[in-house]
Formats: sequence, C-alpha cells, structure tokens
Amino acid sequence: MSEYTAQDYKFGQPRWCPGCGDHSFLGALHKAMSELGVAPHDIAVISGIGCSSRLPYYMNTYGFHTIHGRSAAIATGAKVANPDLTVWQISGDGDGLAIGGNHFIHAVRRNIDLNMILLNNRIYGLTKGQYSPTSARGFVSKSSPYGTVEDPFRPAELCFGARGNFFARCVATDMPATVACLKAAAQHKGASVTEVLQNCVIFNNGTHESIYTKEGRAKNAIYLEHGKPMIFGENREFGLMQEGFGLKVVKIGENGVTENDILVHDAHCKDTTLHLKLALMEGPDFPIALGVIRDVEAITYNDAVHAQIEELKECKKYHTFSELLETNETWEIK
Amino acid sequence: MSNTENKQEVEQIVVRFSGDSGDGMQLAGNIFSTISATVGNDICTFPDYPADIRAPQGVLTGVSGFQVHIGADKVLTPGDQCDILIAMNPAALKTQHKYCKPTGAIIIDTDSFTEKDLQKAEFKTDDPIAELGITCEVVPCPITSLCQETLKESGLDNKSIVRCKNMVALGLVCWIYDRDLALAESMLKAKFAKKPEIADANIKALRAGYDMGHNTHTSISHTYRIESKGEKAKGRYMDINGNKATAYGLMAAAERAGMRLFLGSYPITPATDILHELAKHKSMGVITMQAEDEIAGCASAVGAAYAGALACTSTSGPGICLKSEAINLAVITELPLVIINVQRGGPSTGLPTKSEQTDLLQALYGRNGESPIPVIAATSPTNCFDAAYNACKIALEHMTPVILLTDAFIANGSAAWKLPDITQYPAIVPPYVTPEMREGWTPYKRNPENDVRYWAVPGTPGFTHRIGGLEKSATTGAICNDPANHHSMVETRARKVEKIAFDIPELKVEGKEEADLLIVGFGGTYGHLCEAMQQMNNEGKKVALAHFQYINPLPRNTEEVLRKYKKIVVAEQNMGQFAGYLQTKIDDIKLRRYNEVKGQPFTVATLVEEFTKIMEE
Repeated sequence: MSEYTAQDYKFGQPRWCPGCGDHSFLGALHKAMSELGVAPHDIAVISGIGCSSRLPYYMNTYGFHTIHGRSAAIATGAKVANPDLTVWQISGDGDGLAIGGNHFIHAVRRNIDLNMILLNNRIYGLTKGQYSPTSARGFVSKSSPYGTVEDPFRPAELCFGARGNFFARCVATDMPATVACLKAAAQHKGASVTEVLQNCVIFNNGTHESIYTKEGRAKNAIYLEHGKPMIFGENREFGLMQEGFGLKVVKIGENGVTENDILVHDAHCKDTTLHLKLALMEGPDFPIALGVIRDVEAITYNDAVHAQIEELKECKKYHTFSELLETNETWEIK
Repeated sequence: MSNTENKQEVEQIVVRFSGDSGDGMQLAGNIFSTISATVGNDICTFPDYPADIRAPQGVLTGVSGFQVHIGADKVLTPGDQCDILIAMNPAALKTQHKYCKPTGAIIIDTDSFTEKDLQKAEFKTDDPIAELGITCEVVPCPITSLCQETLKESGLDNKSIVRCKNMVALGLVCWIYDRDLALAESMLKAKFAKKPEIADANIKALRAGYDMGHNTHTSISHTYRIESKGEKAKGRYMDINGNKATAYGLMAAAERAGMRLFLGSYPITPATDILHELAKHKSMGVITMQAEDEIAGCASAVGAAYAGALACTSTSGPGICLKSEAINLAVITELPLVIINVQRGGPSTGLPTKSEQTDLLQALYGRNGESPIPVIAATSPTNCFDAAYNACKIALEHMTPVILLTDAFIANGSAAWKLPDITQYPAIVPPYVTPEMREGWTPYKRNPENDVRYWAVPGTPGFTHRIGGLEKSATTGAICNDPANHHSMVETRARKVEKIAFDIPELKVEGKEEADLLIVGFGGTYGHLCEAMQQMNNEGKKVALAHFQYINPLPRNTEEVLRKYKKIVVAEQNMGQFAGYLQTKIDDIKLRRYNEVKGQPFTVATLVEEFTKIMEE
C-alpha cells in the first residue's frame, strides 16, 4: 500500500478552461501517482509549452515548465544525469510532435526511462486555434481557413517508427482507464508513450466525440488488455480477427464465430505489426483501441550509460583527476 | 649518432610541416614539438588544416599544415613565419611558401614533383620555384623514394610504406635541429603499440631521414641547437591543446565540486574534440551524450543541471545560435550551465576550421529579453584549463549559465603545460539548500550578499517546487505578470551577474607602466598581442598590454586602468565588438581599433607595424 494520497501530489488551482480535458487528466495523474507511491520529492514533472504543459504548476512534486518542444530533451538530460528520479514528461500534439518532433523520436529511440505523456487535442490552444500535426487533412482553423492540405501524424506510428517499446492510449475523461494506463506506463522500464485523447472546448470542441463519453466508448472503442480476447461492443458482441495481413471485425455467434476465434492481445510481442494495426484502427469500420497496446521490455539508455561507467571504472586504472594526468606523456623540468 | 659540425646556437626556431591532408603532417609536427618540449624547450603549435577530410590527392584545397614555434625561453605564439618549411608536394609548396621567412629554407619531396603533380597544383610551367618567385633556399630531397628504398624489405605493401614518408621528413628535421631520435622512437612505439610492424617501419623511416641529413648534409648550410634556459617553473609538464585543456578543466571542476559531469553535445568543428576527450573518461564517471541536434545538446544539459549535475554543452559557429533558446531557459530559471563556444569563422557555416573572435556580441547579447550571462574568454591553449575551471565555479556558485569563449586557434594549438595540483585550486561550493531553510522556502529566495538563489535539487525531501521559463514572483516563486515584479527580477538577474566582479581577479597591465600606447585585447589573441608589445618595448617604444579574460562582468578596475592611458588600441579578430562593448561600459572613452577577420591568427610583424603607426599618429 502506498503511503501517499492523491492530495499529496496536488498543488495550486489549475487555470485551464472549464471543460478542458487537462483537468480530468490531472486528476488521473494525481491518483495514479498516489497508487504508485513514489515520494513527491523523487518525482520530476517536466513539460514544454502549450496549455497542457502548464501541468507541472499543479503538481506538488519537483516541476519544470520548460520551452517549446524541448521537454523530451530536457527530461532526457535530467533522467540520465540523475536516474534515481522518476521523470514524467508532459507534452501536447503541437509541442511534442511539431516543434519537438525530433526530440520525441530520439527520446523514444534511445529508450530513456521517461513517462512521456502526449495530450492530443489536435489543435494549438494556447496560441488560440491553429491546426496541429495531428489535425486531419482539410481541417479548418484560423491558420487554415480553407482547410489544411497536409496529412497528420499518427502518434503510435511515430512511436513504433522510432522503435518505441511502450504505447498506450486513453481518453482524458475516462478516469479508471487513464489511471491504469499511467500506472502501466510508469511501471514500464524505458520510454513509455501514453497518448491521451482530450477535448479542447474552445477551439476544437468534439474532436474525439465518438469516444469521449462512456456510451460512445462502449460503441466505438475497444479496451485492450494483455492476455485478454479483443472483444468490444455495447453487449460485448463484437471481436477482432485476423484477415490476411489485416484485421476484421466479426460478430460473435454469427457465421460460426465463437469467442475462441477472437484474437488475444499480446502487448509483450516484440514484433510491432499487430500493435500498429490495432493502434491505427479508426471508425466507423473499426473500434478505436484504448489501453496498453504495446509493452515490451528492453534495456534503457540511462541504465546502459551507467552500466558502461561502472564497467569502465572496474577495468580502467584512473578514477581521479590526478590519476588522469598520469595517463599522459609527461616530462620533468628540474 | 650526434651531429656536431657547424652547429649554431639559436634562441628560437619555427618549423612548418605541410602536405596532403593524408600525409601525416599533424603527427610529424606533434612528435617534433613534444620531443622539443621534453628537453625543456618551450613550444607553441598551430595546426592549420582544411575543412575537407580527404580532398583529391595533390590539390590546393587539400593542404594540411602544422606549425611549431620552439624557444629556449618562453614562446607565446606559433610564430609568424617559419625557418624550415617542409612541402611534401607542389600544392603544399604553392599554398605554404608564403609562410617561410626569406632567410628560411624549404625542403621539398622531389619525388612528388612530377608533371602530373605540378598539374594538380595548377602550375603552368615545369619550374615551380621560379613560377612562385621563391627566393629563399630550396632543398630538394627524394623523401618518398628514400622511404620506399628503406622499407622495401619490411614486408609492408607499397601504400603502407609510402605512408611512412612523414617520418623521413621528421627525421630530417630532427637532424637539422639536433633532436634526440630516441624520444621520437619511444613515442612511435607507444602510438603503434598494437601494430609493432608499423612502429618498426616508422622508426626505420625516421632514422633514414636523419641519416640522409647526416650523410649528405642535405645542402643545408647549418644545423642548429636550441638550448633550454632554466627559467621555467620546475615540475612535470605535458603538451596540451586548448580543447583537451578545456575538457580537463571541466573534469577538475566536477571533482572539486563533488558532482557528476554531464556534457550534452552535437558534433561540430572545431569543438568536437571536447566531446571526444570527455567521452573517453567514463572511468571518472563522466557522462557524455551525443544529442540529436545542437538544441538537444544544450537542452539535455539544462535538464542535467536541473537534476543536479555539473552540466556543460560545447559548440561552435551556427551551433551557438541554436542553443540560445535553451541557454535563456537557464538564465530565467537560474540554473548552472557551462556553454563552451569554440569560435570559428562566420557568418553561417563560414570558415569551419578557421579562427575568429566574432561571436563576442552573440555571447553577450544574442538572446531574447534582458538576458545577462557571464562571459569568459580563454587566452591560450593552456589557459583553457583555468578558464573552464573558473567558468564551472562561477556557474555553480552563482547559479547562472556561463559562456566560455575559446577559438579554433587556441583549441587546436598546443603548448607545454605544467601539470596542475587541483587541490590548490579554489574550492567550488554550490549554494545548496539546507534542512533549516525548509520553512517558507521559495525558489527565488536569495543570498542578499551576492543575489544568488539557493539550489534545491530534485530528490531533496521537503523542497518540492516548480520553476520554468515564465517570469516568477520574487517572493512566492509562482507565475507572475506583475509589472513591478518583472522589472525587479530583470534588475536582480543583472545585478547578480554584476556582483560576480567581486569574485574575479582585477585587470593586470603588462609591459611599461608609463606607456604611450595601451594595447587592449581579449581571449585567444593574448600570445600575439603580448609578443608584439614585448617587441615594441625592445625597440624602445613604451607600450603596455591589458588583456581581458573576464568579459562579463569586466574586472572591477577596468575603467580605472583604461583611464590612465592617453592612447588605447583595441585589437581583435572581429569588426570591433569588444571595443564597442567597452564603450558601452565606460563613458566617452576613446578607443582606436585594429581589426582583422581573416580566419588566421594575427601576425606579430603586422601588429607591430600597425601599432607603431598608431603611436606616430
């Protein structure tokens, strides 16, 4: 049992717009942290710029609100220099995938032990409504009055492309599932990416409408759980099966399909093929996948850096500055 | 085998090795300078290499040079021009002959002066000497064929054999200057410890070059001996270049501060060797991270600083532009960070391997907002050690990013360095919070004496807090847009940096006390300016030098010193950035300017000429 309550991680009064998904996410984060039980002073919450990046100000932990797009790189330095810290990196779709896209993919590729949170509302909120790299083609915004002419990033695809080992997705207002994803992300050793789908009531209201309510999720989402069959629907009447290199939705009980025919989720599978298929499912033909889609163990960069240092401390003969000097060719003036 | 005939004693000599960038001229030059230093001479070296890694063989853009100045007494520069120039091919002769004194001699490898070689170097006639109008002594030597002849039974292939020709050239220079081959041989054995057959071939080639000089007297009229004058401080020495000395300074500071050293960096010429050097020393607990870009190099260092490490980032040229945003985050959050900028030619990609002092104003002002940062400029290859140590000390004790400016000239140049005893260096004590401070602590509570905030490193119980790039309240540490608070925070950050002046040494003036001309410079030009000053004083002119290592803040007696002199010239390798800066700090001070932006070090002769003109004005 943890000795901390959600209250122990709370600080200040959030100033996001009423109805913003950030409020619910923040509550889930406090709760997840209290259940994980890491002492507040051993946690650093590091964010970039944007609405969601204000989050560290509402944490009673160490918090660092940094600069636009760089929080993955800053969090990387913090974790590598001080691996005893639990580091949460908070970013939005503009911060993390546009200006910070390079740092995002490299933090994932290096497998730094960071809990990387991507709050995705498909819009720039703090600059008052421009399209983001996750906005759909044709999206109309202040900076795209006639619709965008570019395709969006799909965060899971970037994560897997960067050889990511953990990817989870949740809806900000879905407290229990969000807490579960955050806990799994924290318990995963290495870079974990959690995409949090959230609404922007002011500039992009309804962007995740089909799954933003409990009823919507029952119809339009599937909760994936490692080791469990991929069953979904209001009455758990649908399932996913493999068809060729793809997936198909089947109705259990129709055409001789039984529960035994339904795919069982394996989040620990090293191969990303099926994880990618699941992560890219979209309505109306497919449910949107929620939960931990991928969770594969791999050596982390921070562990490898420190292991190499320990190994070299063992085999090299110099450990202090005066010993270092002795490794050089020297001469004496008498 | 000792060389006893016609031996002339000299005070100092300059040798320049030049050839294709693959000819091993840097190695020959390095060995020659180290064996000279070993016998007690003073040395100052200058590698002058092209940006191309391996330009097509024999072409003009692929010439690599290594100049070394060796003196019985103190030498401060690599020398304007050389006494002996080794030109391994026509391209080297064509591009380098201007560096040879009229009284000097040029040794050429006759084997590489075929018609084809001459064409590659764009000669129009078959007489390159006449075509270039060379009047100094030219000594033709069959360096390549002698190398091939010597090593024909070595069992090596022809390519490996020819690769030893730099040692033939080195052997010949060793004969001319009466150097002990045993020292060179032991260096070669150490360098090729894992390839004894290569070590052996190099040693044979070295001896062959030496014997060629001895047996034929190589038509050089004199050989020379450089005695050492016993004025050097006793102790152990090593040869060190500026980049290595910088890396060593960072490691020494980390040890004295009891902190983990973290370098976040991205490869860029000519700063990369700092990353290379630190990456070697993991057994000392150093973490180096080759980041995905310059921005992440600096950003990861800011993160490491936040998490309690001695954090550094190294760069050059356009890299410093990319880092400025993250540097500013360290300014407003008041985190310690050391930014090393090895200045090179600009703007943009500019002259990547050449040296300038053109980033001074960028270091001082190149960020958005009022963003005061301490700036230190190292003055010589060996001074890079102290400058790096002091940059760390200031960063950690004053909770601020510090920019350390070096330049390509001192970064690549080397000199003899007395091994330091770092226990004699001032202690480094960061202002960590103590448990008694817990009650009512906020992140911008300051020590009233120096205005430095206290440091609560994440992981410390009882001090959880939030910092960030947004302006904060001086009292609560919360986000604050209050106009008066912002004004006060701007002033406080500036005052904090100004107060560092109490922790740095006063400006010293060298040369004649009652001088008619005060030369002012900063950073890597010290050697040239000092030598020019000494030469003018020897000529009976009354000249003094005030050379700055601390740029921001300036030493507290700066105005007092400068006001003493009627005529002041600020000499710098930019268009007058330091002079302009001084004029913003000292009302109505008249400063003459001498500016050169050629990517090459100053030459003492030109400085003397220009300063003399100014004196006569």
